[in-house]
Amino acid sequence: MNGSPYILSQNNSVTVVMLKVLAALIPGVIAHVWFFGPGILVSLLLCSAFAIGFEAFILLMRGIPLKPFLSDGSALVTACLLALALPTLAPWWLYLTGIFFAVVVAKHLYGGLGQNPFNPAMVGYAALIVSFPVYMTQWAAPVGVAHTIPNLWEAFDLVFAGAGSISPDAYTSATVLDTWKTQVRLGKDAADILGQPIFGWAGGRGQESVAMMYLVGGLLLVSNRLTTWHIPFAFLAGITATAGALHLFDPAQHASPLFHLLSGGAMLGAFFIATDPVTAASTPRGKLIYAGLAGFLTVIIRTFGGYPDGVAFAILLMNVAVPFIDAYTQPRVFGHKRGGKRGQA
Amino acid sequence: MTFSQETRDILYNGLWKQNPGIVQILGLCPLLAISSNVVNALSLGLATTLVMAVASGSVALIRNVIPHEIRIPAFVLIIAALVTVVELVMHAWMHALYIVLGVFLPLITTNCIVLARVEAFASKRSTTHSVLDATAMGLGLTGVLVTLGAMREIVGKGTLFSGIDLALGPMAKGWVIPVIPDYHGLLIAILPPGAFIGLGLLIALRNMLQERGVR
Repeated sequence: MNGSPYILSQNNSVTVVMLKVLAALIPGVIAHVWFFGPGILVSLLLCSAFAIGFEAFILLMRGIPLKPFLSDGSALVTACLLALALPTLAPWWLYLTGIFFAVVVAKHLYGGLGQNPFNPAMVGYAALIVSFPVYMTQWAAPVGVAHTIPNLWEAFDLVFAGAGSISPDAYTSATVLDTWKTQVRLGKDAADILGQPIFGWAGGRGQESVAMMYLVGGLLLVSNRLTTWHIPFAFLAGITATAGALHLFDPAQHASPLFHLLSGGAMLGAFFIATDPVTAASTPRGKLIYAGLAGFLTVIIRTFGGYPDGVAFAILLMNVAVPFIDAYTQPRVFGHKRGGKRGQA
Repeated sequence: MTFSQETRDILYNGLWKQNPGIVQILGLCPLLAISSNVVNALSLGLATTLVMAVASGSVALIRNVIPHEIRIPAFVLIIAALVTVVELVMHAWMHALYIVLGVFLPLITTNCIVLARVEAFASKRSTTHSVLDATAMGLGLTGVLVTLGAMREIVGKGTLFSGIDLALGPMAKGWVIPVIPDYHGLLIAILPPGAFIGLGLLIALRNMLQERGVR
């Protein structure tokens, strides 16, 4: 059986690939700063520092040479993806705990880079949302909704010293996914909910543009052949099909597919998280099945589950299924019959 | 007092070499479900040990009169009767704890480790050795349960012995030890994933100690 990861193009060492992935995240980060203030820079910086610290510590403990593994950038990519998936302006220990679960538990306890069955960033996210539901639902409010947008120094202050006398309500709000779910359950009208200030033209105000920028960065990744089109396409198609069917069935209860695509972690998940070569399926057909079902599960968890977003749980669930999917979608080797033994062609 | 080699072997097997919790990995259902704090873990562990010791002793006593073909139903009946006794006793004198342990108390009947010791040991060996083996195995399981319970309680809630008043009455209410004051609580440690992660760490620790010992 084939194992992942595969090298898709020439001259792409792990370090180069990781740096290119980080570069592809830049448009999204810029949009985030534009719409939500510089808080994201603080969480990116903190998560990266914690990740490198944990990575170095574990490598030392395992007696593995530091330099080649620390400089491969994989810990940095995990850290940045987790930082982008977490609320900004949260207390520093939230980032510390998340990175601990991502780097130490999800990656190194399973044997390090290439050995982990679960996406490290999503394990960190899942551990946090299970453990600290309150902090994980206080997201920085976008420009135009928040009373104050903290500048860089105020953001540092909020992260390390806590809100103090300022009420978190001044700069945070619930996510649109959360708002939609709670208000629909209260029986409010869909048009009324979408008219609230945190909603933009399709998803959350500001958030939809950040998602578009992830899409741009993600398309750059695909066009540079750092990832194939299968996973992002199938993931987004899975979301569109499932959300579309629900929306057609009852538009008052279920938001439109576009809303699902542009809110929460859908775009980030499609291009940067589900595509992780270690934990994703590796055969072309397998990738379509893996990502399609992950998209389907995302909408199902968002609609019927208790947590604010479903991307992390959907991807983790499909990570479990990857060995099974890979085993059943092996392409036919030229000259062999499907399922036949060697020499029976 | 010196023990015979056989006695020492039985004790060593139950408590360490064949520990039901982290070597045989038996009886996981109560182990994972009830080990969210020390008091629950200790109560269920001791209840299981008691059932195991008495069940193994009774089976060893009558092992020669039980027809081989229907031995398993006979064992299960004996175990179920004992579990019912323990359940009624706890219902009468430790009602609060009885409520907390809930379905896991009657489920001791189906705990594989009880039946495993009865079938593998008590149905073939002398009564004294059977009781000793069951007690050692039960205490081995209790040890793992309590360690896991302590880990999960400290990480998850920052306390030790919370809920002790349920077992010992209201006078024990002040015995709860706040290990980490002003702690936010890491909920995942109390929830089921915490049990799996904790058990994995304990198994890894045991394997590491074992390897060090061999070297």
